[in-house]
Amino acid sequence: MTSADSSTPDSTDLLNTERFSPLHQAHVDAGASFTDFAGWQMPVRYSSDLAEHHAVRTGAGLFDLSHMAEILVEGADAADYLDYALAGKLSVIELWQAKYSLLLAENGGIIDDLVVYRLGDTKFLVVANAGNRFAAFDALHARAEGFAVSVVDQSDEYALIAVQGPNALAILDATEGVADLGTDLHFMKYYRITDASFLGQPLLVARTGYTGEDGFELYVEAGRARELWDALTSAGADKGLVPAGLASRDTLRLEAGMPLYGHELTVNTFPAQAGLGRVVNLGKENDFVGRAAIEAGPEAGASVLVGLIAAGKRAGRADYEIFRSLDAETSDGVITSGALSPTLGYPIAMAYVTPDLARLGTEVYVDVRGTRLPATVTSLPFYKRVK
Amino acid sequence: MTDTSKLQYTAEHEWILVDGSIATVGITAYAAEKLGDVVFVELPEVGSTVTGGTVVGEIESTKSVGELFAPVNGTVTATNDAVVESPELVNSDPFGAGWLIKVEFDTLPALLSQAEYSALIGE
Repeated sequence: MTSADSSTPDSTDLLNTERFSPLHQAHVDAGASFTDFAGWQMPVRYSSDLAEHHAVRTGAGLFDLSHMAEILVEGADAADYLDYALAGKLSVIELWQAKYSLLLAENGGIIDDLVVYRLGDTKFLVVANAGNRFAAFDALHARAEGFAVSVVDQSDEYALIAVQGPNALAILDATEGVADLGTDLHFMKYYRITDASFLGQPLLVARTGYTGEDGFELYVEAGRARELWDALTSAGADKGLVPAGLASRDTLRLEAGMPLYGHELTVNTFPAQAGLGRVVNLGKENDFVGRAAIEAGPEAGASVLVGLIAAGKRAGRADYEIFRSLDAETSDGVITSGALSPTLGYPIAMAYVTPDLARLGTEVYVDVRGTRLPATVTSLPFYKRVK
Repeated sequence: MTDTSKLQYTAEHEWILVDGSIATVGITAYAAEKLGDVVFVELPEVGSTVTGGTVVGEIESTKSVGELFAPVNGTVTATNDAVVESPELVNSDPFGAGWLIKVEFDTLPALLSQAEYSALIGE
């Protein structure tokens, strides 16, 4: 039996429509500036992206991630199906465990990076990037052929709110209306999820994030999003919680060395190039999409992702070229993400460079708008929280 | 607080305060808001000659890079060391302590009034 429900609306219509989060009014009320992200009008900052960044490192930040895509995979073959559809071995994760994984193309490139949560023996929640909602759903849907599984795009039903930072646990503890937690959050490990309720409605609380800090991501039905946002805001009022926009989210994840799809990851990137070889499980016995290409490997000399740090304040940014010397005529790499690190105070970047430049400590040059500035290859992440 | 109605503006989102033959130049609150938190400012050297309409400096935020255009032909007579030291002044007081350069000029080109600039940015 195959029942791969195609319940997502026509993708072209949605991509051409400006979309608003169920929390849009909360952001307007909080004075947010907005930016287009994959067709969504999302808060880029509320007042200061630096202040929001520092709040997440020292207190807590509240993020609206409702643009992200939630795809429910359910059925007798769900675990086997995911082992075929994705690069990792999802069948071995425990109930209420989460796992970072990759959706590979046949050519070994990355269609999307995602987080998979096991909600039951035969039920998984797959969370994909907003910009890849339809590409990810289409691929997951097509791969369900022959499996007893349903693949349903539930993105429009869910709102996603993240509370990130050292005070996140204390804030969740103090949030009115959150009840029926299947796991005590104080004993919940990182990369786990639990069921719960908010004002009597279903709630999922995951200990995951994209900031390099401890924190939680809360999946709630869209109609309850504002009430949950407000309850969290109240609970965090005396715990350093501020609403935080996508600008701070980007610098936070960059410091934490986390890849961003469209920058470090593309459909032309092999996982090994991005340092994600460990996410691909070649030890699993079954075939999976992209396996043959991954086993063949990327072409010899394919560029690899490295971290770069530099002195001064002038940051190399996405698309700036890397040179091996001051007078080299052809570039040896390109930055995919870069900024003046708010936490560290010096420029950091992730870049793809030719393999001979990838050794830690290698000195390279970044073309910063016509001036070649020195930078040093370093290990990722740039920032690691003290546990 | 600077009386912004006394300022003139450019389409590159700069403001100009004219005092005799000296033009004080900064970026507008609108531009600062669009850039986000400014973290680095590079200004021309005092004594350098600048040509109106050309790039003479950079204003970098966490997210992006803004270019500073010279609004007039002339000679740079002063730069704001405070803003180089504390780039956040561009956000906190763009029309005052966040000024960037002073340029001595002979001729003032056509600039926008506050009403014209407000119309340009749709406010």
